[in-house]
Amino acid sequence: MLEISEIIQEKVAEHGRERKALLPILQSIVNLKNYIADKDMVQIAEALDISAADVYGTASFYSFLETEEKGKYVIRVCKSITCEMKGKHCVLKALEDTLKVKLGETTHDGLFSLEQANCLGLCDVGPAMLINEQPYTKLTPDSVHEIITEYRNKVK
Amino acid sequence: MTTIKLKIDGHTIEVEKGTTILEAAKKINVKIPTLCHHEDLCVAGNCRVCVVEVKNRHRLEASCAVPAEEGMDILTNSAKVRNARKDIVSLLVSEHNTQCTTCYRNTNCELQDLAAEYNVDGNRFLSVLKPNLSIDKSSWSIEKDDSKCIRCQRCVRTCAELQHVNALTAANKGHEMKIATFMDLPFNEVVCTNCGQCVNRCPTGALTERRYFDQVWEAIGDPNKHVVMNTAPSVRVALGEMLGYEVGTRVTGKMVTAMRKMGVDSVLDTDFTADLTIIEEGNELLTRLKKVVKDGDKSIKLPMITSCSPGWVKFIEHMFPNHLGHLSTCKSPQQMFGALAKTYYAEKKGIDPKDIVSVAIMPCAAKKYEANRPEMNSSGYRDIDAGLTTREFGLMIKQAGLDFKNLEDTAFDSIMGESTGAGVIFGATGGVMEAALRTAYAVVTGRKVPFENLNITPVRGTDGIRAASIKIEGCLPEWNFLEGVELNVAVAHGLKNARVIMDEIAAGKSKYHFIEIMACPGGCIGGGGQPIPTNAEIRAKRTKAIYEEDMGKPIRMSHENPEITQIYEEFLGEPLGHKSHDLLHTHYQKRHRH
Repeated sequence: MLEISEIIQEKVAEHGRERKALLPILQSIVNLKNYIADKDMVQIAEALDISAADVYGTASFYSFLETEEKGKYVIRVCKSITCEMKGKHCVLKALEDTLKVKLGETTHDGLFSLEQANCLGLCDVGPAMLINEQPYTKLTPDSVHEIITEYRNKVK
Repeated sequence: MTTIKLKIDGHTIEVEKGTTILEAAKKINVKIPTLCHHEDLCVAGNCRVCVVEVKNRHRLEASCAVPAEEGMDILTNSAKVRNARKDIVSLLVSEHNTQCTTCYRNTNCELQDLAAEYNVDGNRFLSVLKPNLSIDKSSWSIEKDDSKCIRCQRCVRTCAELQHVNALTAANKGHEMKIATFMDLPFNEVVCTNCGQCVNRCPTGALTERRYFDQVWEAIGDPNKHVVMNTAPSVRVALGEMLGYEVGTRVTGKMVTAMRKMGVDSVLDTDFTADLTIIEEGNELLTRLKKVVKDGDKSIKLPMITSCSPGWVKFIEHMFPNHLGHLSTCKSPQQMFGALAKTYYAEKKGIDPKDIVSVAIMPCAAKKYEANRPEMNSSGYRDIDAGLTTREFGLMIKQAGLDFKNLEDTAFDSIMGESTGAGVIFGATGGVMEAALRTAYAVVTGRKVPFENLNITPVRGTDGIRAASIKIEGCLPEWNFLEGVELNVAVAHGLKNARVIMDEIAAGKSKYHFIEIMACPGGCIGGGGQPIPTNAEIRAKRTKAIYEEDMGKPIRMSHENPEITQIYEEFLGEPLGHKSHDLLHTHYQKRHRH
């Protein structure tokens, strides 16, 4: 597995030891392990000669840059008004029931985290959600159960 | 210079291109209210309180952020503008903890002023104040109360632009956005230098200094305690602002009387230990120079940098932990005072040091942290028991019900109350350098420093970094190794500039022998414990007052202070001697950078 320091080195070589390297570094780390740990942020700050608070401020601004440990699969349900009108509420309820967690929590087996996201741009096929980077559309409580079962089977 | 013409409230005005509408209005004395805007900081444009109407434009413009344009016709006080401002202030209030009566900034709050001015009525918007917000009281210097934060980000900009510390950031977004440290850790666990510049610029009570004045009142009221107060040089030129005086008024004599009337047992002067710092630090510099120039000792670090400013000291500990050897080992005047109050002073007065409560009145938030540093107990007790800001002290005077303006002028008590003009100028950027040069030059050559009236003007001023060199000529025999040496010195204020100096040192490119660094813009007169508000004009007036105080002193070189001579004869022995080492010098520690 790539080390955080290697990611930083690579991105600094690409973008320079400047603030503009920050987002690419953060994105790469999230791709690698789903979230950015405190100590990663300190390491990034040192590498770019910026403050750790600055790194935290940037990371916490973006919904897709997690600063807490998340499950292997991060589910992001679209919270826009269109999805809401198309039945997002029932979808969310179904997810909570099947995962046995509340919004914002991670399942005990560390497999799923349940989150909301701002508009995913899938309003025409809502309600919509993402599991990691895979979009799922026209969701119903039934389809949600199927999707989750599929993921569970994948890791078995 | 390209100029443009525009109309503001019917008046035609010509301004330089690039001038904002707000600045243009100020030129013709039209007051536009602001909140997130601060003269010392970059434009933020996030609070929208300063909106104005530009004729033929549909939306209102934030005057702090929009440059004036040719032919603009602006209304700053139309019904539309007033309604918008009232809504904006009301919305800010709806998120704000409006328990003003329990707030330290009560009667000195920009949001409160605006709410009053726009007559914000209670029911305009429902309160959406987040419940259960806790106050971060982890730091010895600074408290942060998010329930009072209006998220204007002046603090974030201050910490970034003026200080290059970036301890604060805007975390999260939208309605969840908050001003946070790294991972929202408590203040005492992060890189904060305690300089308090954010406190000086916070429009509300969200950032305040931690207060200790109640404990001081307790001590004053306790007949078994002997309370000794020492006041920093810059307090006497700023305190008046809290008590009805014009900015830049010196109130030294009244301040002394007020302390006595409050019941303080001995009213002494930090300027005395400022003079003492010059002797110790001056000798340390000369010793370092001797070791480098004469003995060729490579282990000695030059340039030597002053250590009076605790915000600066904590900054270098965090940011340049491998270069601590450049710091003078001298404690700050406050801590020298504390160590001597419970040894020399106690001995002379025949008081048991355990009964002495030493209180420092400082222009500073970081002095509170410094007083609480665990190593600051060389007297066998806490050297300083409480560090108060100018603001806290001003409040105490009000609490005491004193008619300050009609108090008579009196002089400091003795011993440790006598000071020179050199001690006084510690309060302004460049002052420590000037005081050190006055004495060092005299020690080495036996003559006065070759500047008219001892005023070493090249190190004065407001430029962030100022450099000067003085050629040493006609040395006394014991200093002849310095003959012809060009002494290069520099002065920096504001931690942004400190970083420039340190980057040079870290790169091995510094040409200086001695550097003065103060954490706060303007030096102590602009300190994080000084009366609010602050801006360049206010700081300039306080600086002027400091130099006036210096000129008014009969003695203006530290080594000529008779009480200094006395303390070396009776107690310390010699500069950098054994006792000095124990009581007046300290060490530093490496800290992390987040």
